Amino acid sequence: MIVPEKAKKTENGFQFGARLPYYRGISLSMVEEIEVTLDGETLPQSAVNITVHGNTYDLVQREKETDDRWEMGEEAILSVKKEDGLSVGEHKLGLKINLRIGYMPFPSIRVAEKKIII
Amino acid sequence: MNNHIKRAVSLYSYQEEFFLKKMNLEDCIAAAAKTGATGIEIIGEQSIPNFPKLTDAFIDQWFGWMDKYNVTPVAHDMFMDYTKKKGHYWTNDEAVESFKKDIRFAHRLGFKVIRVICNVTPEIMEKVIHFAEDHDVKLGIEVHSPWHINSAWMYRHWEVMERTGTKHFGFIPDMGAFTKRLARVQVDRMVRQGADRKIADFVCEQHEKGVMAEYIIAQVAQMTNNRIDIAVAELARHNIMVNPISLLQHADRIIHIHGKFYEMLEDYTEYGIPYKEVIDVLKKGGFEGYIASEYEGNRHIQDIYEVDSVEQVRRHQEMLRRLI
Repeated sequence: MIVPEKAKKTENGFQFGARLPYYRGISLSMVEEIEVTLDGETLPQSAVNITVHGNTYDLVQREKETDDRWEMGEEAILSVKKEDGLSVGEHKLGLKINLRIGYMPFPSIRVAEKKIII
Repeated sequence: MNNHIKRAVSLYSYQEEFFLKKMNLEDCIAAAAKTGATGIEIIGEQSIPNFPKLTDAFIDQWFGWMDKYNVTPVAHDMFMDYTKKKGHYWTNDEAVESFKKDIRFAHRLGFKVIRVICNVTPEIMEKVIHFAEDHDVKLGIEVHSPWHINSAWMYRHWEVMERTGTKHFGFIPDMGAFTKRLARVQVDRMVRQGADRKIADFVCEQHEKGVMAEYIIAQVAQMTNNRIDIAVAELARHNIMVNPISLLQHADRIIHIHGKFYEMLEDYTEYGIPYKEVIDVLKKGGFEGYIASEYEGNRHIQDIYEVDSVEQVRRHQEMLRRLI
């Protein structure tokens, strides 16, 4: 689910690649939570923007987007604002994605952890 | 060989390679055709970007592939995302609108069957039947374990079939409801994740004996407090074994079969699902539709093995060819 090769520093934080942990594409509105942790620190969900095939959404826009889709296997870019930035070198990146799937009687939650090099 | 059961492949089977971009849509169709299957099943939202939108160029390409590989579109698997909008559960009207999009999508790509996801209510079915009839698409509610064909929920769907008398609504039994032995690949993965091997073996033995899942779970709960051990016991609840003869009384309502499998062995048998027993019942019932291979073992082995969906589907198709 984490694509570490796409990790890099940005002007106001960092970004990395991510694939949807599910077997079909879904509208962005069904992505209930994207929770990023960096070196053990959980970052606010409002700090995470998602870009799918060139279209960028912040948290509020993502929740309302019932048309545009995160496709099966598509590498989205997750851009994370981090005021104090992050140091060059290796970091431990955690990702939790929670999906609202109509036929499942419980939330569909997947977690992953990988090392990224900035 | 005096029957008309046909073979298809659901491209869902190749999801590991598709996800990792080792195979594209055409590769999946080609691999399916190479097994000797003549039908193609897809999950529209998996195989085709921008679902449910279709361009004329894509439709031309799609039918071009069907001709090139000498296969036929058979079934599209639909979903009902009642919770698509945050904080709002779809009304029946919204659900019907979504369903109609799937029917139009299936019709344009030549699919004659839609797999209806199990959370669709009988009320919704009744509201879309005419639309499906007008588009020459049959709707099949998926009878997916832990449901079986005589479960209360399926009984209610059956009442709609009977009351309307339509030829465009029936059942799609999934072979996962005939899990005589729990999938070894699934149990082994849970052991790798920390489940106790002895408890796992106990669960498998009890399930194979036909002991009721609730009893197995209750017994395991007395052996351990570990969540993952309880989860192994719960496999027995989610992967049921019912007498395949239950299909016979619904033979005229079965429009398609999901040939779910987890592990095809080298001798062309499935590790835990007694395909011969079920296919014999289908033959007896005069089933004339497609059985579509649906490989689902990938997710249980991907942590330690290279998934080879192509070989698994090849073996599954060879087994079907021999049994049909």
